Amino acid sequence: MLKAMLGEAWQAMGANRLRSGLTMLGMVIGVGSVVLMLAIGQGAQYSVAQTISTMGSNLYIVIAGSTSAGGLRSGSGGGPTLTIGDAEAITELDGVANVAPVQQGTQQLVHGPNNWSATVVGTTPPYLDARAWTLQSGYPFGDSDVRAATRVALIGQTAADNLFPNDDPLGKTVRIRQNPFVIIGVLARKGQNLDGRDQDDTLIIPLTTAQRKVFGNPFPGSVRMIMVQATSAEAMPAVEASMVALLRQRHRLREGQDNDFYLRNLAAAADSAAETTRVMSLLLGAIASVSLLVGGIGIMNIMLVSVTERTREIGIRMAIGARQRDILAQFLFEALMISVAGCLIGLLMGIGGALLTNALTDMVIVISGTSVLVAFAVAAGIGIFFGYYPAHRAAALDPIEALRHQ
Amino acid sequence: MPEAVIRTVGLGKSYLTAAGSFPALKGVDLCITGGEFVAIMGPSGSGKSTFMNLLGCLDTPSSGDYFLVGRNVAHLARDELAALRNRCIGFVFQGFNLLPRMSLEDNVALPLVYSGCRRDERRQRARSELARVGLADYAGARPNQISGGQQQRVAIARALVNSPQLILADEPTGNLDSHTSAEIMGLFADLNRQGISIVLVTHEADIAACAARQVRFRDGLLVSDEPTRSETPC
Ligand SMILES: Nc1ncnc2c1ncn2[C@@H]1O[C@H](COP(=O)(O)OP(=O)(O)OP(=O)(O)O)[C@@H](O)[C@H]1O
Ligand SMILES: [Mg+2]
Repeated sequence: MLKAMLGEAWQAMGANRLRSGLTMLGMVIGVGSVVLMLAIGQGAQYSVAQTISTMGSNLYIVIAGSTSAGGLRSGSGGGPTLTIGDAEAITELDGVANVAPVQQGTQQLVHGPNNWSATVVGTTPPYLDARAWTLQSGYPFGDSDVRAATRVALIGQTAADNLFPNDDPLGKTVRIRQNPFVIIGVLARKGQNLDGRDQDDTLIIPLTTAQRKVFGNPFPGSVRMIMVQATSAEAMPAVEASMVALLRQRHRLREGQDNDFYLRNLAAAADSAAETTRVMSLLLGAIASVSLLVGGIGIMNIMLVSVTERTREIGIRMAIGARQRDILAQFLFEALMISVAGCLIGLLMGIGGALLTNALTDMVIVISGTSVLVAFAVAAGIGIFFGYYPAHRAAALDPIEALRHQ
Repeated sequence: MPEAVIRTVGLGKSYLTAAGSFPALKGVDLCITGGEFVAIMGPSGSGKSTFMNLLGCLDTPSSGDYFLVGRNVAHLARDELAALRNRCIGFVFQGFNLLPRMSLEDNVALPLVYSGCRRDERRQRARSELARVGLADYAGARPNQISGGQQQRVAIARALVNSPQLILADEPTGNLDSHTSAEIMGLFADLNRQGISIVLVTHEADIAACAARQVRFRDGLLVSDEPTRSETPC
């Protein structure tokens, strides 16, 4: 019975190939775009999650703020409002895991004939822990290097690739403003950060060396920013509150006076980035679903036409003993066949399109089994949902009326 | 005396039209016993087709009762009527009513699909019915590749495929020339000799003469019912 129905549905589809094909095309485009959009959306979510995981968790960045001395306001990071002492005081707070003062800027790096512009980060040893950054080879510098302002450096993968195209950078020397730095460690690869900047295009050196030899520091003991890592996500609100209170007290700010520093919650930024991509991928999926819906309506339309055209056939079938459910099943089956066939082709096209997108752009795509399954189930559901009404109309025809048709 | 295949009691049918209710059939009493060959005649619009559709369980009466092989089927549900059409009655139409996209074999086998037969059995029975009407060599052909007479033979084969006790034919020769009509009537006479009851509507006296009994309708009423006088062999 099922086999006979399959054969008949196939025959009915074959009887009007162009029409079946065009109807199917609606489903093909619908399913294809859903699969493609889900792949792109999930890819974006995946790459953001990946980026967030490289950023380091539960991080705050405290940035030196504007001083409003004498009515002259400097921009953020411009004033000497944060000090090494502030950083040390924050270390003592409850719930704080790592604290690293940071002074950074873009500098020209030179090694022999090669030169390359990269972000030079002057900091202290806890920086690597706060950012969960490991070394691929070599060793990190220690507190003694910071105290003695030694000229050692840790190099990121991108900077290393450009300065040492064929060599192992370990033990080699890089010059910044004529100062030689010995590379004692090579950092593991991290990729882009949330702003799209390459985190591996960097050189990490002791904070003291950076201030004295590279950036210069008009206000000794001051620092541009401090990276603070809380012990856990739950600890963050308490850490934030006590940190603000501590800094206000240390900076002798009176009640009502603005903070002379900025606090950036990187965890919150990460959450909002993740939320943004989640909403974006939902939106993409929703837009694509509209085309699936249009495809379904196309099926309904064609099935209604088909029922009208084949009224006499339905009458003949009823006259020789087809029950209502036989007619219902026949037309439902045809609708299902169109939608499932369209879905299969659409799946292939969607996956092909996703792979092509991946090949032509550097967009990350993720094709998950669930999204494929969902697309398939939705297509089958659409076949049944939009096929039911025409099939029901066919089954409800009066045998005599149907036979007399035309 | 053989059991009555068909017994109608005051069978009536009114159609709802724009002008109101139109009584096409006004109470017909008729009894047909097993193995009979009955011709129904009468002027156009006298209600013959209306009556046949009721006998064929394609339509339901407005009044009266219809006993098919002893069972009152006047008020059965749609699916029960469908099962009767499938198994108890073979209907032959004036316009053949074959499905154009299907091979002749598939056309003949179609009733078996609805009675839930297996594929190989369907095939075998369809072929043997095609052979019975003399079209064994045309199993794979399409309806539009054969003549009208041949198409009516296929329709008869389809009516026979579920071995019904009763064949109903509404002007089966209406679209055929006299020579082909005679061939089709020969086929009906054969089937009747094999014990199948046949009720046939016709406008032509020589076609009606093949039947042993002739019934006349006028204005929705049965006006005469008598055996055929001249014995013309079919
Ligand atoms: N569906 C319908 N709706 C309204 N009136 C109908 C319908 N079918 C038939 N009639 C009317 O019922 C009457 C009987 O029709 P019927 O088809 O039974 O006649 P008939 O004897 O078969 O005629 P013919 O010899 O031309 O086939 C006619 O007057 C016809 O107009
Ligand atoms: Mg008629």
